[in-house]
Amino acid sequence: MSAKPGFPEILALGPTGYGDELLWGAAMSLAIALLAYALGLLIGTIGALCKLNGSLLTRSILEGYTTLVRAVPELILILILYYAGTATLNHLLESAGYEAMAINGFAAAVLVLGFVQGAYSTEVLRAAMQAIPSGQIEAAKAYGMSPWLIFRRITLPAMLPFAIPGLANLWLIVTKDTALIAVVGYTELALATRQAAGNTKLYFTFFISAGVIYLIITLVSQKGFALLERRVRRGQRQLA
Amino acid sequence: MNTGTLKLIAKSLVVALLLLLLAGLLYWLFFASRWDWIGKYLPLLLNGLWLTLLLWVLSCILGMILAIPIGLVQVTGPRWLGAIARGFCTVIRGTPLLLQLWLIYFGLGSLFPQIAQVYPEFRQDFMWLIRLDAFWYALLAFTLSFAGYEGEIMRGAFLGVPRGELEAARAFGMSPWTVLTRVWFPRAVRLVLPTLAGEVVLQLKATPLAMTVTVMDLAGVVRNRITQDTYIVYEPLMLLAVIYMILTFIAVWAFGYLERRVPTKR
Repeated sequence: MSAKPGFPEILALGPTGYGDELLWGAAMSLAIALLAYALGLLIGTIGALCKLNGSLLTRSILEGYTTLVRAVPELILILILYYAGTATLNHLLESAGYEAMAINGFAAAVLVLGFVQGAYSTEVLRAAMQAIPSGQIEAAKAYGMSPWLIFRRITLPAMLPFAIPGLANLWLIVTKDTALIAVVGYTELALATRQAAGNTKLYFTFFISAGVIYLIITLVSQKGFALLERRVRRGQRQLA
Repeated sequence: MNTGTLKLIAKSLVVALLLLLLAGLLYWLFFASRWDWIGKYLPLLLNGLWLTLLLWVLSCILGMILAIPIGLVQVTGPRWLGAIARGFCTVIRGTPLLLQLWLIYFGLGSLFPQIAQVYPEFRQDFMWLIRLDAFWYALLAFTLSFAGYEGEIMRGAFLGVPRGELEAARAFGMSPWTVLTRVWFPRAVRLVLPTLAGEVVLQLKATPLAMTVTVMDLAGVVRNRITQDTYIVYEPLMLLAVIYMILTFIAVWAFGYLERRVPTKR
């Protein structure tokens, strides 16, 4: 019986091991997480501003969006948006006379996760903006600052200390939520790991290796967010 | 054109778009969607609902029971035990639940038959372990996950109980066990009740992951049976979303009720 490659060799880079597949999957996961997080922040900022300053109509629409998205499991949302989104797009393309196209799995993953993240970011940023003493905004208005200038000079720097812990949490959630994309069949870290483990039957080796990669991402991010929080809190009184 | 008319035009455009969307949704719901499968699959769905509820409630209760010592040893236990508990929490919170579930289902699930090959006695004595249903693997994974998240929260809660109350309890001559059951734990639970509500809802929203390891919970019935048999994709998913939403709201309401019942000094 020829010796099958065991624990360290199976993780080698190149055609003999699965190391490069795992690293490629990790890069995909990180890229999806980064873009989805950025999209979520964009939706969240606009959503929070509209929720605080918008008309009754805008506020109720946003209330519906955040409540709905936060009450339904992420996995179900991803399945609905992934299939419904791609099918609707193809339907529209066909009725407009174009050919149906295969939707890029990467783009769909980013859009779906970003849409879900947007609901959570909206709530985090809204709470942070509400924590700013209203006198500061009023003072800025009294100086004749334009709304954009108020946002850039007062709202943004004043809310960040309140928002960073919540936003750090959301980043950790989105890096782990990328694993859900495996369920709709796009090869990121979790699916690459499952395929490698299924091929070699070395389940513990591969799932633990992937776990270590996710753990490194988490720990490095936590360190980074701690530094960032210290930076945005500079000049504030130290707690305890 | 002044800004007032521009705003009015933009607003009417948004309203028109929303009404169009709503009309489309209603049209789909009443004329294009198919719901004839519900009758045939109702028993399966009810069974799935039962499994989902079981998975949710059992993993929360068992996870909470595990979380109490995990939180406690980080606050008062020997240092090595605290380090192990902290490491457990970090690993659980730092890796995706899907990966933990797969590690337990595929990893442990393949381990038992391998042991049975080497030791034939194992096959006779632990046949039930080899034949174990996927549900139990999922329950183990979800319990450990809940314990990891909740252990971290319980650590903070145990720390948050004022020292004076514990000292007073000790001054009354209470044994350490009595201090824990009469003062420390009840006070800590009150502190975490609002956080606990959020965690329990998160746990509910994690249960559909079980469908990826062949558990026939609600999501498993919808994806692995209904959609595969009938090729109907959206209607079952919509039903699923609505059921989970209802369960979420029930959980939120129940915890709100519980919080109002707990006496607090203001």
